[in-house]
Amino acid sequence: MSVLIGRHTRVVVQGITGRDGSFHTRGMLDYRTQVVAGVTPGKGGERVHGVPVFDSVEQAVAKTGANCSVIYVPAALAQDAIYEAVDSGIPLVVCISEGIPVRDMVEVSAYLRGRPSRLVGPNCPGLISPGLSKVGIMPGSIVKPGKIGVVSRSGTLTYEVVWQLTRAGLGQSTCIGIGGDPIVGTRFQDMLALYEQDPHTSAIVLIGEIGGSDEEDAAQLIRRSITKPVVAFVAGQTAPPGKRMGHAGAIVSGGSGTAQEKMARFQEAGIPVAKTPSEIPGLIAAALQPRRKAKLKLVRKPKRAAAKPKRATKSKRPAARRRGR
Amino acid sequence: MNLHEYQSKELFRAAGIPVPPGEVASGVEEAVRIAERFGYPVVVKAQVLIGGRGKAGGVKVVGSPQELALAAGRILGMDIRGLTVRRVLITPSADIDREYYAGLVLDRKNEMPLLMVSPAGGIDIEEVARTSPGKILRIPIDLRGLPPYRARAAARFLDKDPAIQKQIAPILTRLVRVYRDQDASLAEINPLVVTKEGKVQALDAKVVLDDSALDRHPDLAAMRDLEAEDPDEVEARSKGLSYVKLDGSIGCVVNGAGLAMATMDLIQYHGGKPANFLDIGGSSNPEKVEAAMGILTRDARVRAVLFNIFGGITRCDDVARGLLVALDRLSVRIPIVIRLTGTNEKEARELLSQRGMIALSDMDEAVRAVIARAAEAA
Repeated sequence: MSVLIGRHTRVVVQGITGRDGSFHTRGMLDYRTQVVAGVTPGKGGERVHGVPVFDSVEQAVAKTGANCSVIYVPAALAQDAIYEAVDSGIPLVVCISEGIPVRDMVEVSAYLRGRPSRLVGPNCPGLISPGLSKVGIMPGSIVKPGKIGVVSRSGTLTYEVVWQLTRAGLGQSTCIGIGGDPIVGTRFQDMLALYEQDPHTSAIVLIGEIGGSDEEDAAQLIRRSITKPVVAFVAGQTAPPGKRMGHAGAIVSGGSGTAQEKMARFQEAGIPVAKTPSEIPGLIAAALQPRRKAKLKLVRKPKRAAAKPKRATKSKRPAARRRGR
Repeated sequence: MNLHEYQSKELFRAAGIPVPPGEVASGVEEAVRIAERFGYPVVVKAQVLIGGRGKAGGVKVVGSPQELALAAGRILGMDIRGLTVRRVLITPSADIDREYYAGLVLDRKNEMPLLMVSPAGGIDIEEVARTSPGKILRIPIDLRGLPPYRARAAARFLDKDPAIQKQIAPILTRLVRVYRDQDASLAEINPLVVTKEGKVQALDAKVVLDDSALDRHPDLAAMRDLEAEDPDEVEARSKGLSYVKLDGSIGCVVNGAGLAMATMDLIQYHGGKPANFLDIGGSSNPEKVEAAMGILTRDARVRAVLFNIFGGITRCDDVARGLLVALDRLSVRIPIVIRLTGTNEKEARELLSQRGMIALSDMDEAVRAVIARAAEAA
């Protein structure tokens, strides 16, 4: 199973006739995602890879029942594309576009407050629920269905980590890149809460990077209310202060937002922090270990099992026992 | 994009924020001519796109043409944290009575701009936040901007004198307007001074613009001072690469910013030192790879180069092709270690093997290999 997207997801591609939009529509269709519509103003009536194109999101929703939008329009047009999707009642809006001015996102953020739509991104690779649906640009070849939730601020680093998980036999429920900009619609905290509620996610990998304080906030939330095991990684330990490292949001300013600080907050919250990406699968496997041990104990020591048989068999959230609140 | 102090002051002046007069000189004689017009004493201020110029000796008060010539001569050409000073700002020395701080930044957590004012002016605001957080008043700026009543409250927080408050409040309102209208990510007055004559002025100014918004501000984009930036970083930007120079010996070429940072970290983890951050971007073409190699091989400290490519949108064979072109055109004498995984990996390996090059598929293995090769080359 999955978080946010799944078999039910019916995608409308905003900017479908553009180079990126058309290319990635092909990729999503190849992954058997239900891409039901495309939108490019002035090109209604055309088809791209067999997908009908409409002049507006409103028309696309009325005709096709689209319930998720993915945006590939140029940065200067992205704010309007987000507004159009939200105003058309799309519950999940995924913005891939990179380079949106911060002021545009400040306005979007204010507009979204109190509205039911969820924005993912901008400047993100989107989401993939292995075997079910892909919204965005993540390569389908590296994922595998399973129980690990992956949430990251990055693109290719996410692929790297997901690929290492897959090689280690650790499949994923949903992988999401939340975006590398200073303001993004969905943050670590939102995804942690969603993974926590998802019965098919049993552990979470969080990939952070320098800049801002989302990782620090995530660490606090995990300590307070996440019972599933989380493994964290933070990129940018060698990044010099005051320099933007590719992502608009990846900058250490005024001595805050360093990788060291973020790693320390995770450690203080009892969350294992991987020193390198290749340590992640091992830490995840270890975090999932105690549960297997508990089950084994149940078989070997009937006395102890008799003492708490209900908890061991009924509880779907055994991790809650290990990690105190 | 960082603006120089004199450029930031131009923006402030245009917005109606009082700033002291000043002119820029790029030579000693020019500096002296400007000072004659203002009358001594004047202040000579290095115009360089990095903080800490005061501590580095880049700001000097002088009382005579002789002193000015000496100071300007020393400051022009001076190296401040790796950047050469090419211009100085000459400005009359102000008679300062008290100094404050006013600045706007993006509050990422609340997703809106934040105005901070503090009676502790002239020092780093981060320092104030650490040592005496009670001395900072924070005002979130919502879609209304800064309503006059909040500007008055901020002015009262800074100064007891109603006549001074009356001058400060509109300055804050205008500062908020500059931040918004010019798509700034930082707009700072530090210090905001009250002179002995009771005038409020922005004695120093710092504006950082949002790079993503420069397309809609061609006038501001034209203010970019290419001479004041690192030439390699300028070239990288013109080629669509994201590049930051560091001081290690292992160059790296990576696709994606997160993976590029993780690669630098892994080099350090395995005992090496990264020479740079370099992201060739998502849909990379061979020209970008060639440009990247050109920049890295020009740096004499680079002893070996690591390619770390995770093909998704980026096709591994495109990167391999770019690398081969670069090797044909540049005389590369340092070892290159290649790691490729993902889209069109097979094609890339074939291309490389025709030239006797082998690509690894594991990131740790590749990092260890490049560190070993760099050590051999040293």
